[in-house]
Amino acid sequence: MNRTVIHPRSFAKPLHAILLAFPVALYPSALLSDITYLNTAEIQWSNFSSWLIAGADFFAGLVLAWSIIGLFAGRAKHARGGGMLYLGVVAVMFAAGVLNAFQHARDGWHSVGTLGLVLSIACTVLAFVAAYLLFSSQSVDQRA
Amino acid sequence: MKRLFMALLPLGLALAACQGESDPGIDQTGARPELPVQNDALVPAMKIPTPEGWGDELPTVPAGFTVTAIARDLKIPRQTLVLPNGDILVAEGSGGKAPKLRPKDIIAGLIKKRGKSSVEGGDRITLLRDSDGDGQTDLQTTFIDGLDAPYGLAFVEGTLYVANQDNLVSFPYIEGATSIAGTGTEVTRLPGKINHHWTKALTASPDGSKLYVGIGSNSNVGERGMDVEEDRAVIWEIDRATGASRIFASGIRNPTALAFDPWTERLWAVANERDELGPQLVPDYLTSVREGGFYGWPYSYYGQNVDPRIRPARPDLVKTAIVPDYALGSHVAALGVDFTTTDGGLGGPFAEGAFVGMHGSWNRSDPSGYKVVFVPFSGGRPSGDPIDLLSGFLKGDKARGRPVGVTYDAKRRALLVADDVSNTVWRIAPRNPPPAAAQPRPKIASVSSAS
Repeated sequence: MNRTVIHPRSFAKPLHAILLAFPVALYPSALLSDITYLNTAEIQWSNFSSWLIAGADFFAGLVLAWSIIGLFAGRAKHARGGGMLYLGVVAVMFAAGVLNAFQHARDGWHSVGTLGLVLSIACTVLAFVAAYLLFSSQSVDQRA
Repeated sequence: MKRLFMALLPLGLALAACQGESDPGIDQTGARPELPVQNDALVPAMKIPTPEGWGDELPTVPAGFTVTAIARDLKIPRQTLVLPNGDILVAEGSGGKAPKLRPKDIIAGLIKKRGKSSVEGGDRITLLRDSDGDGQTDLQTTFIDGLDAPYGLAFVEGTLYVANQDNLVSFPYIEGATSIAGTGTEVTRLPGKINHHWTKALTASPDGSKLYVGIGSNSNVGERGMDVEEDRAVIWEIDRATGASRIFASGIRNPTALAFDPWTERLWAVANERDELGPQLVPDYLTSVREGGFYGWPYSYYGQNVDPRIRPARPDLVKTAIVPDYALGSHVAALGVDFTTTDGGLGGPFAEGAFVGMHGSWNRSDPSGYKVVFVPFSGGRPSGDPIDLLSGFLKGDKARGRPVGVTYDAKRRALLVADDVSNTVWRIAPRNPPPAAAQPRPKIASVSSAS
C-alpha cells in the first residue's frame, strides 16, 4: 500500500520542480538583461527581457495552479502550513511577473525603469525562495 | 487564501490604473493645442469600435449636402485621385510586414485587428467613371492590378505615379483608358524595411518637376532602435526626371497625406503623432512643411516637449524642433488631406480650406476622429476651428466605416472619401452647387494618402 502513496508523489514532485525551474531560470535572466539595457540603452536587451518575463509568467501561472490544486487535493493536513507559505510566495511572484510584463510592454526607455528593475529583482528573489521551499519540503516529505 | 488575495490586489489596482478618461475641457485643435501632462500608464487604453454594416443608413452631412456611395465592396480603399477627364482612381491594399518583436506586438495586433475590415487588400487600383455627370458610377473596372499595397497617387503630364509600400512606379496614361497592363516602371525604391507605418503618401509639386513621398516611422517612439529609423519619419523629395531623392523634412512621425495648397503653393502634410502618453497626447496635426525642417520625432513633440521614452536623448535636435501649424486632436489618425481650389470650394463655410479624413483612434477610451473635417483657411493659413463635414461613422460601440483619403473634385465640386472599413468610396456634394464658374483644375492632379 505504501507504494501507491509514494509513487504518484514521486511522479508529481519532479514535474512540479521542472515547471518551477523556468521561473527560477528566466526571472534572473530577465533581471540581467534589464540591467544590461539600463547600462546600454540598447533596446534589444529590453526585448529579451519581455520574452523572458512572458515565458517565466507562463510557467509561474502553471506552478500557481498546481500548488492551489495540490493544497486542496490530497495533501496531508500537517503539510498545509508549509504549503500555504509556498503558495503565497508563488502567488506574489506570479502577480509581480504579470505586472512586470505590462511594465515591459511600455515603449523605449520606459519599458524597464525603476519599477521594471524592482519587479525583476522581486521575481528573482521570490523564484529562489519558492525553489528553496519546494525542495526543502520534498526532503521532509520523503522522511515522512 | 487571504494571502493570495493580498498578493493579487496590487495587480488588480495596477490594471485599474489604466490611462484615465480624457478631459473634454481641453481644446486640442488649432494653432496652440493644450497639452496635458504625460500619462504613460502601465496598461494603455485600447478601445476598438468593431465593424458593423451601414444597413440603409448613410454618414451624416451638413444641411444642404448630399452623400452617396459611388463604389462599394472594394478591397480596402485608401486614397483616391481624379484624372483630367473626371475618372476616379482608387488605390486599394494593405501593407506592413513588421515582425512581432515583443509579446506586446502579438497581443496589440490581435486587438487592433478587431477594428479592421476582414477583406484582404486588393493590391490594385480601381477606376470609377461617371459618364453622364449625375454623380453616380456608370463604369467600374480594375485599372491596374498586381501592385504592392499602393497608397499615394499622383498624375503629372500624362503620367500616373503610384507609391507602393516599397517603391514608386509610373504608368503612361492615355486619356480615356479603363485599364493599364503591367505593374509600371520603377522611378525609385522607397524605404520599405519593416514598414511599421507602411503607407507612402504622394503628391506632386505645382510645376510638376518634383514628387513628394511621406514615409512613416518604423515604431511608435523608436522602440525598435534608431538603426531601423534611417530614412523614416521623413518626407522625401524626388526629382521626377531622374528619380533622385533627398530628405525634404524630417522628424514627422507618420506623414500620411500630402498636398500643395493653391494659395501659396506650399507643401502641407497631415501627420499622426505618438501613442501611449495618455488619451490627450499627442495631437495629430496639419502643417506646412518647411524645407530642411525637423518636427521633433522621436525626441520631442509639438516643438520642445521632450519624450523621455527615447534614449539617448538628443537635446541638440530638440532645440531645432519646429511646432506644427495646426493641431487636429489627439489620436484622431488623420490619413487624408486635400485643399479646395481658389474658386469657392463647396461653398458656404466650406469655400476655402483643407479637407482632412480622420481614420479614428484606438489609444483612448473615448473614441476620437472617425469623421472628415474641414479646416477653414484664409490667406493660405488655417483660420478657424475645424468643422465636421462627414460624420456618423460610429454607432454605439460599432464603427460602420473609417475615413482614409480625401480628394476634392474641383470640376464637379464634390469631395471623395475612401472608407476602408465599409470598403466604400463616398461622394459629398452641395445640393445646389455654388454659382461661381467652375474652373478646370490645374494640370497637376495629386492625391496623397495615409495609413
